[in-house]
Amino acid sequence: MLIAALGSGILFGSGLVISGMTQPTKVIGFLDVLGGWDPTLAFVLAGATGTHMLLRPLVKWLAPANVARGTPAGAGVDRNLLVGAALFGGGWGLGGYCPGPALTAAGPALESALFFVVPMLVGMGMHSAYRRRRESSSADATAAA
Amino acid sequence: MHPFLMALAGGSLIGLAATLLLGINGQVAGISGIVGRLVPPAPESSWRVAFVAGLVLAGFAWVPLLPDAFAAGDRSVFAVMLAGLLVGFGTRLGNGCTSGHGVCGMARFSKRSFSAVGVFLATGVLTATLFGLLTRGVT
Repeated sequence: MLIAALGSGILFGSGLVISGMTQPTKVIGFLDVLGGWDPTLAFVLAGATGTHMLLRPLVKWLAPANVARGTPAGAGVDRNLLVGAALFGGGWGLGGYCPGPALTAAGPALESALFFVVPMLVGMGMHSAYRRRRESSSADATAAA
Repeated sequence: MHPFLMALAGGSLIGLAATLLLGINGQVAGISGIVGRLVPPAPESSWRVAFVAGLVLAGFAWVPLLPDAFAAGDRSVFAVMLAGLLVGFGTRLGNGCTSGHGVCGMARFSKRSFSAVGVFLATGVLTATLFGLLTRGVT
């Protein structure tokens, strides 16, 4: 299974390179709607989501247990989802990288991707710390009540 | 090849990769979730290390063929670092990024993912457009 995960990572990364997602200028060119708009990213999303959408029923038929395991429980839309997505979008529009392309570009475009990837990991660590604090403070509140 | 066709072809590879990870490993190809669960290391995370290694290896493999695909952006180091911090914290709080919500979530018609994509596209457009106006000057 490790080899499948490695293969999927290589294929995923290759798709990011070929499609132009590893170029922050292209990403920003799509998000900056008043700066000579570049629609390329819409084609990446259509290709990726469309392919996965079409192939999903086939995999569901071939490997139903794996698809069930890889399908998150249907939770509702909550504040964390919306605030998190809003912060992510702000960072995406500011730097032109989302997590996958930043990792794929981290080797070749050292100066840019590493300045992004290291703070990204710090941000992820900050979230873990934040969640631990919230969980312990809500446990304290329950204990006090 | 036309950049739009390259984008469509590359996108299809991304969708295929997500399908393989789901079918063979039973996992969601959501990069922020995969990376986030490596910080700090969680139990049973070897497949996550393998997937991330694949992403990084792909960069090294393609750079001799498509060097222009790795052109750095024109943002300042400070802007890029702040962006990284926001993306790291935001994707963990919102439980996903472009891959987890955009590719995997929307492909299974998840309401949460459609909402997340709507919000991050909106704030992404707002930020990039405002930044563009401020740096180019309002013309």
